[in-house]
Amino acid sequence: MGWTEKEQQDLDKILKKYPPDRKLSAVLPALYLAQREKNWLDGDDIEAVANALGIETTHVHSIIGFYTLFRKEPVGKYMMQVCTDLPCALRGAEDFFKRLCERMDLGPHGGTTEDNLFTVEEVVCIAACDKAPCMQINLEFFESLTDEQIDEVVARLRAEAS
Amino acid sequence: MANQLLKEHVLFRHRDIKDIHKIDVYLAHDGYKALERGLKEMTPDDVTNVVKASGLRGRGGAGFPTGVKWSFIPKNLFPKYIVVNADESEPGTFKDREIMESNPHQFIEGVALCAYAVGAETCYIYGRGEFWSLFHGRMQEAIDEAYEKGYLGKNILDTDFSCDMYLHLGAGAYICGEETALLNSLEGLMGQPRSRPPFPAVAGLYAKPTVVNNVETLANVTPIVLHGADWYRQYGTEKSPGTKICSLSGRVNKPGNYEVPLGTPIRYLIEELGGGVIDGKQVKAILPAGASSSNMGADKIDTPMDYESMAAAGGMLGSASFIILDETIDAVWAAEKNVKFFKHESCGKCSPCREGTFWLTSVYRKLREGYGTKKDVELIETIINQMEGNCFCLLGEFVVPGVRTSLELFRHEYEELASEENEAAQPQKDLIHTFF
Repeated sequence: MGWTEKEQQDLDKILKKYPPDRKLSAVLPALYLAQREKNWLDGDDIEAVANALGIETTHVHSIIGFYTLFRKEPVGKYMMQVCTDLPCALRGAEDFFKRLCERMDLGPHGGTTEDNLFTVEEVVCIAACDKAPCMQINLEFFESLTDEQIDEVVARLRAEAS
Repeated sequence: MANQLLKEHVLFRHRDIKDIHKIDVYLAHDGYKALERGLKEMTPDDVTNVVKASGLRGRGGAGFPTGVKWSFIPKNLFPKYIVVNADESEPGTFKDREIMESNPHQFIEGVALCAYAVGAETCYIYGRGEFWSLFHGRMQEAIDEAYEKGYLGKNILDTDFSCDMYLHLGAGAYICGEETALLNSLEGLMGQPRSRPPFPAVAGLYAKPTVVNNVETLANVTPIVLHGADWYRQYGTEKSPGTKICSLSGRVNKPGNYEVPLGTPIRYLIEELGGGVIDGKQVKAILPAGASSSNMGADKIDTPMDYESMAAAGGMLGSASFIILDETIDAVWAAEKNVKFFKHESCGKCSPCREGTFWLTSVYRKLREGYGTKKDVELIETIINQMEGNCFCLLGEFVVPGVRTSLELFRHEYEELASEENEAAQPQKDLIHTFF
């Protein structure tokens, strides 16, 4: 992939935040930028990030492997990440996750829906413990959730996608 | 005795003043007056000294005196950096998020004051990746407003002081809340901790002198500079002055953030502010510092929430993230949850943490799935004994107190899961494949 004009502008803006000889600092923001369009990173994306920063692709791979928010495999258009850590689990998050998986016709550990629209997964704490059950959909917070709200959100996102 | 009811919030001013996240509203309520006073009436050392005199202690968990930390920054080395730890990833902690979402200017002003005090001109705010919307929305808007009004940028308020502030997002790694791992991450490396010394004050970001402070800590600096150390010390105790935001979660009726003077008893937080335990049940255990903390028994509910009293009671104040377990909760399940969290988040650098969390998770799973033996309970103790004091950074050490106190307080629950039949009958070989 090459960067689109808009992405190149964003990248230039990102690079201005760091000293000129410290481009490597921009690796996480550059990866977010590369991942934005399809929610995961293919070989071309990784190479584009490496080229933009003047680093080896090996280093970019090590970063992707270390941090949980980057993905090298295709996922749904909408990533639904449900926190099931202790504070949320004390308020029913595990059952909520199970019901969500059932509602999405997925197995008990989540996964990607057949239409490739949604990927559901359990994640660790997302700093919304007082509003459990909570989740992020593409890094946007959804809190104090009920099953009905989930249905609404899913219907809305399905409509948006079609 | 601390005054438990705040007439006005010191940090959560958005709960008293509507729309204080907007710069015009903030300015109408003494906004950026502390910065003006600092730049025009005080030397950088004066600012450090008032923070020292206030007794403010780091709110990220360690409780180190903030002004003292600033005074470690060498004067003759340039450039210097301010790096704000907004990684907020401890299960049970959600206070910095509310500060940045709802009262961002007080925090930004505190960061600028810190930069002025130590002579830094560049500040990075490192937030966890999950704060994507916050950092692309409210926080960036607030910084842009501050630039527009001349409180950030070149020659602030027509003085010689210039200060740039940038937001930087991590990407899902609890370890990046450890300050040296955070610095590595900000430099574009894997977020693994560095050995200390050198400390960040001497060789931090890009090997330059760096102050690393938590969001809440810096939000305190603004009112301290504006109103003075004596004013600040009206709250809290002699050794733990000021107010603290407590994140309350778990089995209470009204979970949420509550700002209280340090020294307020835990009971007040749970019963008055948190509306008591769900369904009127009894408290079983209190985890005062998120997943990293020891379990305090219900008999410790009257402990004052300050650094010294909490430590004396066998807990720690940490970031004051109180997770409440009630009598219906399975203690082994709760401990397993936290152990699994740390296994997931161990950065892999040192073997006591990497292997320790792995084996703990396996043994807990074996117990909970009904295959446990008495030896497994002892094995848990052996593992934490080998981890304690041997991990490269605090992440691995944080696993120990929770497991140890869970065993101390609720050993019978562990032993109920360990049966002698399993001891005699279990096909050990298969179990190794199943659980380990």
